[in-house]
Order: sequence, then C-alpha cells, then structure tokens
Amino acid sequence: MSPPLQAPPAPSGARATRTVELRLSLLECNDRQAVANRRRFRELGMVALNLVSSPGSGKTTLLERTLSEFGAATRCAAVVGDLATDNDARRLGRSGFPVAQITTGSACHLDAGMVARAVDGLDLAGARVLFIENVGNLVCPASFDLGEKVRVVLLSAAEGEDKPLKYPPIFKSAHVVLLTKIDVAGVLGFDLEAAAENVRRIAPQARLIRLSARTGDGIKEWYDLLGSLVTKGEG
Amino acid sequence: MHEVGIMESAIEAVLAEARGHDATRVHNIVLRVGALSGVEPDALRLAFDAAVKGTPAAGSRLDIESVPARGRCPDCDLEFDVDSDFIFTCPKCARISGELVQGRELELARIEMS
Repeated sequence: MSPPLQAPPAPSGARATRTVELRLSLLECNDRQAVANRRRFRELGMVALNLVSSPGSGKTTLLERTLSEFGAATRCAAVVGDLATDNDARRLGRSGFPVAQITTGSACHLDAGMVARAVDGLDLAGARVLFIENVGNLVCPASFDLGEKVRVVLLSAAEGEDKPLKYPPIFKSAHVVLLTKIDVAGVLGFDLEAAAENVRRIAPQARLIRLSARTGDGIKEWYDLLGSLVTKGEG
Repeated sequence: MHEVGIMESAIEAVLAEARGHDATRVHNIVLRVGALSGVEPDALRLAFDAAVKGTPAAGSRLDIESVPARGRCPDCDLEFDVDSDFIFTCPKCARISGELVQGRELELARIEMS
C-alpha cells in the first residue's frame, strides 16, 4: 500500500495560494461621489437632471429654450459635457444662469467626480434646477450615476425608431424619455407611434413626452414636469 | 470605451487587496458583469493586459462571470429570466414592466493570490 499523498511543506518564505471573496463594486469610487453629490444637491434645495442621448438629438437646443422659458420663473444652473470646445456652455450661458463646461478630453461620459468639480465653480445660490448635459453617447453614461434625481433620455426623430431596442441599458435606466424634434418627424418618415411603443416596451417605467424645442410643441408638458419636480423637492 | 477606466480601477482594487493580504502574486481575478451593466466583457478583456502589465497581477487569469438579467412582475410578483431583447415580459400574465432584480452587476467577485 502506498503511503497517503501529502502536500509537501511550503518552503519558508513562500505563501499558500488563497482565494478571497470580495464582491466590490467596480464603480465604488463613482458611486460614493454620486451619493455625496445627491446629498449636496438636496441640501441646496436643487433638483438635478442628467440628460443623456446620442450626439445631435437636441439636448442643448432643448436646454436653451428651457432656460429661457422655464427659467423665467425658476432659477436654474447647468453643467455641460463634451469631449472638446465650450460651444455648448457659451450657448447656455446666454441665459445669464450659472453654466459650467466640462471638457472630458477623450472620455465618453461624465462621472460623478467631474460633476462635483464643475459644480464647485458655480454660484448656485437660489438655483432650483441643475441640468447636467452628458456627453452625447447612449452607451457609457448608463453605467455612471452622477447623483441626479432624474435621468432623462432623449430620442430624436432624426434617429431610428428602434434605438430603445438597440440600447436597452440606458433606456432601462431612464425616469423620463423625451421624443424630440417631432416637428420634422413627418418629413423624415419617422414613425412616432412605433418609437413610443419601443420606449414603452423597453422602459415602461419612464414618463414619455413628445416635444419640439423649435416649435414649442409639447414643451409645456416638459415644463410642468420640471415644475412638479421642484415642488416635490420643497416638500 | 469606458471599459479601460473600469478595468484600471478594478486592478487598483485587486492590488490593494493583495497588499492588504501580504500577497506578492495574483493568479486569478473574477469579475461579475450584468447583462444590463452597460459594460462589454470583450472590451474588458482587451483592457486587462495593459492594466496588469508590470504589476503583481501580470500573468494572472481573468474570468468574467455573466449575470443574466432577471425581472419581477409587479402584478404577479413572479421573478423571471429576461430574453436577450431585454423586454421584461411576465411569462404568466404578459405584463411588460421595468422592474429589474438583477443584471446591473459590475463587481470584483474574488481573487486568488499567494
């Protein structure tokens, strides 16, 4: 009978191999900062919205009009992210409200730390709504909580009706979906009903609003929503 | 390509754990990635080699455990697996809902080291 197998003693200095269970979130750093942002926005009495979409779906145009019309009675602020240029901050800055541009270099999304640093430089006294315009991208921003209360995803009539089906993570995470540029839907052959149905299938939790920031069609519903968020924030 | 940054922070966390355990080599790194995490496993793998280069985790094996999406029907309270179309249709009552039970995971699950 052969002797029982035994592991040889570990040579001195060598360490046994071991497995450690961690279950650490890979976004821990971002998520911690997002919690801090959320607390700060709440203490300031400010509702933060994170606007996410493909490039060119009309985020900046919607915000220009919103700052001018909704902003007439409610003080707002905005933070806007792009890879380069401060074009959007200059457009939104015409409103007279505090606006900060974040240029991300090559980063494809905003993270909570970038937003915290941008907000540090703004005079937020009296501001009730903070619009955070994310980098135009339907993929990466889905993973990054910025500390917003409401995530708004825009889908324009210049895109495909099936975008919600193609990019489920971001639409799944939306509180509000805006179908934008509805004034040109007809000429582009964009089927608004099909797009709305796709939003409802992927994101039934989201409030759906159809609007045109150019003609003002449907925009009152957006302002009413913002108004109710501000009122709720006071409660 | 936010996977590069995510992988870098994962390796940072791995190396901190290894130091905390007095380990000098990392052999195996296991991540859990949800189907709705917004992160692409192949892109994570691409970022891995560069992230571990020159560290005690160089030469380690990366395993990625996929976490499928699961939904819960708000009417029946039934939990169910979600197809790859990510439309959360209750298999019992056909109600479409947005309630996610799992699928957003993005975790460093465990590491093996010595």
